[in-house]
Amino acid sequence: MKTQMTGARMVVQALKDQGVEVVFGYPGGAVLPIYDEIFQQNDIRHILVRHEQGAVHMAEGYARSTGKPGVALVTSGPGATNAVTGLTDALMDSIPIIVLTGQVPTFMIGTDGFQEADTVGITRPCTKMNWLVKDTAKLSETIHLAFHVATHGRPGPVLIDIPKDVQFAESTYVGPDAIKTPHYQPRTKGDPAQILRLVEMMEAAERPVFYTGGGVINAGVTASTLLRDLVAATDFPITSTLMGLGCYPASGKNWLGMLGMHGLYEANLAMHGCDLMINIGARFDDRITGRIKDFSPHSRKAHIDIDPSSINKVIHVDVGIVGDVAEVLADVLAVWKQRGSKTNKPAVAKWWSQIQQWQAVKCLTYKNSTKVIKPQHALERLEALTKGYDRYITTEVGQHQMWAAQFLGFEGPNRWMTSGGLGTMGYGLPASIGVQIAHPDALVINVAGEASWLMNMQEMGTAMQFRTPVKQFILNNERLGMVRQWQELLHGERYSSSWSESLPDFVKLADAFGCKGIRIDDPADLDEAIKEMLAYNGPVIFDCRVEKHENCFPMIPSGKPHNEMLLGDADTQGVIGAKGAVLV
Amino acid sequence: MSALNIKKGSSSHSAYELRDPNGDLIESHTLTAVVANESGVLARVIGLFSGRGYNIESLTVAETDHASHLSRITVVTRGTPAVIAQIRAQLERMVVVYEVHDLTAEGPAVQRELALFKVAGKGDVRIEALRLAEIFRANVVDSTLESFVFEMTGTPEKIDAFADLMRPLGLREIARTGVAALSRGA
Repeated sequence: MKTQMTGARMVVQALKDQGVEVVFGYPGGAVLPIYDEIFQQNDIRHILVRHEQGAVHMAEGYARSTGKPGVALVTSGPGATNAVTGLTDALMDSIPIIVLTGQVPTFMIGTDGFQEADTVGITRPCTKMNWLVKDTAKLSETIHLAFHVATHGRPGPVLIDIPKDVQFAESTYVGPDAIKTPHYQPRTKGDPAQILRLVEMMEAAERPVFYTGGGVINAGVTASTLLRDLVAATDFPITSTLMGLGCYPASGKNWLGMLGMHGLYEANLAMHGCDLMINIGARFDDRITGRIKDFSPHSRKAHIDIDPSSINKVIHVDVGIVGDVAEVLADVLAVWKQRGSKTNKPAVAKWWSQIQQWQAVKCLTYKNSTKVIKPQHALERLEALTKGYDRYITTEVGQHQMWAAQFLGFEGPNRWMTSGGLGTMGYGLPASIGVQIAHPDALVINVAGEASWLMNMQEMGTAMQFRTPVKQFILNNERLGMVRQWQELLHGERYSSSWSESLPDFVKLADAFGCKGIRIDDPADLDEAIKEMLAYNGPVIFDCRVEKHENCFPMIPSGKPHNEMLLGDADTQGVIGAKGAVLV
Repeated sequence: MSALNIKKGSSSHSAYELRDPNGDLIESHTLTAVVANESGVLARVIGLFSGRGYNIESLTVAETDHASHLSRITVVTRGTPAVIAQIRAQLERMVVVYEVHDLTAEGPAVQRELALFKVAGKGDVRIEALRLAEIFRANVVDSTLESFVFEMTGTPEKIDAFADLMRPLGLREIARTGVAALSRGA
């Protein structure tokens, strides 16, 4: 298809041709021509946010919950700089999003014009790729290429900066077919020789463990299905990072729970004691490895990842397989079946009995109370009362995020949206709106802390305007809980600026936004209040007043290996040395 | 491995992997990348080095294929074998990068650098500078009664050596292009 049109119309046409149904954005001087085109059509829905950071997180929530790329549209200068946190977040967690920014006209670039910023310069380190399009003739092709780059290989954020004169000028539109064979074609098929080596290692393994991550989710629903098949075929135990929750069902019999700094005892000890670690789509993040020197010291390690630079970046592995998780898992299963492979059953059974001893420790045990709501208890009740719902969970960042990961169970992929790599407070509320826009009839809950939630609370206006009935489940301890916990453990209980002082009255705040507010502080009222939240057809701000000084356990202190885990307050005295204190 | 002092990894041509992938021996490697000749590409490549704390000893870039809009970046960097492997992998995954070669690891390569030396002096010193320039096959590209500008092409080591000789003879300024390199053979 070749037609003459303005650059602004090209943007809308290209988005349509890429199958985009919704754009999250905020208008401004440098994107007015594009907004004018959006006004004159009905195929693409525009969600007006309250702050550009919110737009990008909504696009992330949309992308993470659908597997499709999310799109944000913002103006030049402050619009673009406000998008930077979201771009970095998407880069760290490999979320495919396309951000379109307006720019001052080409003839003004470099003159410090009004709302001018060097957007491609500022966003270069926080995008997978970005472009400044100075010629309308190249605009449609660049947008199609941007979608290709964002969704191929390791997904990530891309940005297209479009000067205003380029939006007004006319040129020839080209459709997505114009970039049939883009140069960027990352390898998706794993090396057969390495796959065979992995299968041989799996046949011989005595103490194996699958260590899975967000890459399984990014590889699509098929990858999760194949992973389940492989776990069933081998009966090996499986753990996952924060980003990978849901790729294997929490109710599955081989599930060990999340691993890492606040991961489960059995998951971390299985990682420490295994003789074969099979990393599928995870990246040996420092929240996972702890002290590198003592990380899983007796294991051979295999690593499946679509990004070649992930392999041997942090941990040296014995077998590195570069490829798409779904394709590699399909090949592994095919080789497994073709060879009639069998595991070392007696050894694996012995390994399982060891793991069962670790499971018997019941590391998530906490001291419940009838006087004050324990955050863990609130989440256990939320989990119990939302069983059977078509449920999506987003979170903010901090203690509540870790408790949510520990106490909520995920049966499938794309149900859990959280800021893992960057740890962006303020992610959860806009992300929940993005998820709800994609799944209007589902139950979408943002598990939040009061401090994180305040960072982007303006987006409640967006939730109201677009009738997204998102439930804001705020575990309110009037503290920056994770900061407070570290100050207790590392800084002599000097609680420097970790109170949430002068908090708003969340019920009145809900009232001000026009949605429902609920406050509780008595454990006896918890179930009724959660049911009331679930029954309400609209957004709810749920102010759950919880124990103020609860710490999140288990915890591997910074700079410690997996087998030096703290299980509760009694373990914490003087365990973190000066070396650990410099780590984050 | 470090006892063997195998600096440059000709390991891919050896029957044995002599270099310890986790070794801490710092090596100097010449990497060459064919990249799209678009604005911002050089910034992206340099940003990778500064953002991840990699070292750049020299860097040259110029368009090499006008029709296909391709440029060649040649970068000399230092690091342990693991760091060098990581730099290569990080370069390879960039959207704008078409191919990457580690010329130091992949086998024999020619490396050349062009340098200009401004040397000022009179009398014997001046004659000595000119004599040494002849020995090093440097050309005189500018001359006044009190100065020369020498042009020389060679390996970085040769240019270093010439600079050391010129220093006591009135060396005022040096301009170097950085290394350009290609693998030997077809």
